[in-house]
Amino acid sequence: MTPASVLAGPHAEGADSARRAAVHPAIAPRLVVAGSEEARLHLAAERALGTYEPGTEGGEFLDELERSGLTGRGGAAFPAHIKWRGVVAGEGPRVVVANGEEGEPASGKDRWLLTHRPHLVLDGLLLAARTVRAGRAVVYLSHPETVAAVRGALDELAAAGDDRAREVEIHVVDPTYVAGEESALCRSVNGGPALPTAKPPRPHESGVDGRPTLVSNVETLAHAAWLARNGADAFRAQGTAASPGTALVTLSGACGAPGVYEVPLGRTIRQLFDEVGGGLAEESHGFLVGGWFGGVLRRERAQDTPCCYDALRTLGSGLGCGAITALGADDTPVRVAADLAAWYARESAGQCGVCVNGTKAIRDTFARIADGAGSADDRDKLVRWGDTLPGRGACAFLNGAATLARSAVAQYPEAFPAGA
Amino acid sequence: MKAAVDATKCNAYGTCADHCPSVFQLDEWGYGSVVGDGTVAEAEIGAAKVAAADCPEKAITLIDA
Ligand SMILES: Cc1cc2nc3c(=O)[nH]c(=O)nc-3n(C[C@H](O)[C@H](O)[C@H](O)COP(=O)(O)O)c2cc1C
Ligand code: SF4
Ligand code: SF4
Repeated sequence: MTPASVLAGPHAEGADSARRAAVHPAIAPRLVVAGSEEARLHLAAERALGTYEPGTEGGEFLDELERSGLTGRGGAAFPAHIKWRGVVAGEGPRVVVANGEEGEPASGKDRWLLTHRPHLVLDGLLLAARTVRAGRAVVYLSHPETVAAVRGALDELAAAGDDRAREVEIHVVDPTYVAGEESALCRSVNGGPALPTAKPPRPHESGVDGRPTLVSNVETLAHAAWLARNGADAFRAQGTAASPGTALVTLSGACGAPGVYEVPLGRTIRQLFDEVGGGLAEESHGFLVGGWFGGVLRRERAQDTPCCYDALRTLGSGLGCGAITALGADDTPVRVAADLAAWYARESAGQCGVCVNGTKAIRDTFARIADGAGSADDRDKLVRWGDTLPGRGACAFLNGAATLARSAVAQYPEAFPAGA
Repeated sequence: MKAAVDATKCNAYGTCADHCPSVFQLDEWGYGSVVGDGTVAEAEIGAAKVAAADCPEKAITLIDA
């Protein structure tokens, strides 16, 4: 396997990981329910499952959201109840947006969800709109197949005489990595370019139309819809105390069965690959966790770490959107880091001088080391950038490049030039 | 008072760090950022205001905390 093939990920041309999903054998599925694995669930099938049926509502639902411990599945793993209450605290009218852009190249789970269970996502979005008393509800998409699936679902609702179809707008954006960032999303919906803005203000203060805006990942909304009907105790019956529930993960790279899986949070990385991913290739020496955002992790240090938001954060990484790539024998740490760094320099939105210069410097330094021309000074620079660049850009994109620089040196010290 | 630099506006003129080095620092490419969490000490408020007013890109905001 060449490095290019591992970094190609689920979004590579011809990749079909988002076409089907499967369920971890230990759980009863919440999202990847019977019949949805490979086919879109249409309105009648969804209604038979209870989708669009009312559950807990309003303030009672916010309490349930807090008890459930649901955290955002878009990357930051922020507690959902705090974010939703933050939007409620702002003055109306408010706006809710389902973020289905999924710019993360290693992830296919949002595309699977939107193309197989679009009604559950809409149900969650409408629940969010009622809960925060929003005047606008938007689905934010970039992949054509997701646009077709959500349009189809809204048409089905309209054909069934359900007025709620008219309450939901679809906003389509060109796919880029930063387009999924929440302030870029608001700017795009407002008619501008899909580029991040400086914070404050955050979207919950001033987002779409300058109104308090709830931006939530489509998977988070699907879990919220399930929670409203099943309750927090049932929600917490899977997962760990700190990371309750199930999650959609995208496994790729040097394993037997790459794809999208619904799994209980808390299994170790190795267990996930063994139990659903068809086993790790023996020669696999490490992982990219949290898409391309969580840096590189060495196999023997990471494989027994639970896939739980806190445990991976402790390793200096993050489960993020749940995409895990197993590196193969040919994906040497320095080569992978150099390829990823080149991608970061290319995908930088080019707005912040520190991001433009920082990602270029990280790219050039990894390239020098990969070509055998690096020095101990180069290694020390990577470590320094890893420490000083997070938080410097207008969005967290630069943090990902910094994490890559820091983690590559920390996890694979022998691959870098030693000091004099 | 807290200071913040809008990274999308900053164009590495560097005058902020000259006016008020206790709050603003420059990186190796010349771009400005706040020291720590951007808290401005009581005695530095005047200097921070000069830095904000003098920033050619109007990239600096000062918020009363
Ligand atoms: C560079 C960048 C790209 C992002 N792309 C996405 C994305 O494609 N989809 C997504 O749901 N969140 C993305 N996020 C996170 C969003 O900013 C936001 O936190 C998220 O949509 C909130 O939803 P959640 O709380 O349900 O996770 C991105 C963040 C950054 C910094
Ligand atoms: S940090 Fe980078 S990606 Fe984010 S807004 Fe600034 S230039 Fe764009
Ligand atoms: S004075 Fe303004 S433009 Fe110049 S470095 Fe400071 S913040 Fe940036």
